[in-house]
Amino acid sequence: MYSMGIGSLIIVMIVSVCMGSVITLQTALQQAESSWIPAWTIGYTVRTSVILELCPTIISLLLVGNLGSRITAEIGSMKVTEQVDALEVMGINSASYLVLPKIVSSLFVNPALIIISIFFALMGGYITVLASGFITGYDYIDGITYYFIMYDVWYALTKTVVFGFVIASVAAFYGYKIEGGALELGKASTKGVVVASFIILILNLVITNVMLN
Amino acid sequence: MIVVNKVNKSFADKQVLHNINITFEKGKVNLVIGRSGSGKTVLMKCLIGLLTPSEGSIYYGNRDFHHLTFSDQKALRNEMGVVFQGSALFDSLTIEENLMFPLNMLTKQSFKEKLDRVNYCLHRVDLYNTNKLYPSELSGGMKKRAAIARAIAINPQYLFCDEPNSGLDPKTSLIIDELITGITHEFSMTTVVNTHDLNSVITIGETISFIKDGVLGWYGTKDEVLRTENEGLNDFIYAQPITQKIRDFVH
Repeated sequence: MYSMGIGSLIIVMIVSVCMGSVITLQTALQQAESSWIPAWTIGYTVRTSVILELCPTIISLLLVGNLGSRITAEIGSMKVTEQVDALEVMGINSASYLVLPKIVSSLFVNPALIIISIFFALMGGYITVLASGFITGYDYIDGITYYFIMYDVWYALTKTVVFGFVIASVAAFYGYKIEGGALELGKASTKGVVVASFIILILNLVITNVMLN
Repeated sequence: MIVVNKVNKSFADKQVLHNINITFEKGKVNLVIGRSGSGKTVLMKCLIGLLTPSEGSIYYGNRDFHHLTFSDQKALRNEMGVVFQGSALFDSLTIEENLMFPLNMLTKQSFKEKLDRVNYCLHRVDLYNTNKLYPSELSGGMKKRAAIARAIAINPQYLFCDEPNSGLDPKTSLIIDELITGITHEFSMTTVVNTHDLNSVITIGETISFIKDGVLGWYGTKDEVLRTENEGLNDFIYAQPITQKIRDFVH
């Protein structure tokens, strides 16, 4: 759990700050064309976008590439080098010994990383409004706290738990079914990332339809 | 003693093993030899339970391995030590942790007892000051010895080695062969070794089973192997100029 979480923390923080900054700038530029829209709208829009969609989905897609490919490579290389066979010979169920801890970790790590990501995305937006001077910091904070609905956070966390399961299980599946050598390992990593990303995008649509419609 | 009784193994339409009958004797080094692709590794995987024979039985004493209950199979696995071709040491664990792993999983010994056993096994295979090293920090020969040490850590009755000399220089191969023989006799284990190393065949093969195209082509001892009239075995044994000179010398 430590290696999965800490290993992805820096990249999640960097991407989140950049994402928060960009969405803030884009919203501010749109708002600048209409002077009658209240200043707090920027913070409100950034918060809503970040919590509902950007952080849960974009960061999960990022983690597919980071955590998912790592899981596929780790299990796959153990398969190729007969380490999985060594476990089986000792009477250990290699699937539950290797895969289950990764799935359980991912169920906890993914939501934690997304919460951190939301915080850093909002911070990125705050730094941007201070630096650009489009609106005041007070207006931004007013916006991100305006009409705050806790259900949005539960919706985001639900998505991240589901996505966390998809990231670990799909990656482990492709790592576990490798037969062959290093070439197969590379192919399996790529295929795992593509399939997990596709499943996440489809589930995103389904969960959004179920929980927000 | 392990008795392989009328074992067939097929993958889809391809039959790899054809009616194999072999007895691997207790307290002896039993070699299985044959060319690459002859079915040696498939036979070993059937022996250690990684594959299930399509037909036939494998008896460990009077226990039919593939017809045991899950818990009995697990108990039998605790009596097996396996040295894989590529050593199969766990990359993320130190050598000490690698050896302690089966003890943690399969025994209820105290940490002190396990550490004593680990150190005994490492000394038995002449590995010193390697406890805290990772497998990537060892040479090929040292990895093989560490794998043997891990295999004997649980004090198995059955030892399986899949091509233990592959990728090793002749001197290190000799050391590994001597080690396997020594351990087998010392602990009175039933040892099965897959190999196509001819030096192993003529030095440690107390029983030798020659597999050709999935069929048991010949069975004998190291004293008989150089004098056999079996055409397939002779093709295999005397494929190299050096062994042809040995044949000329013997005859």
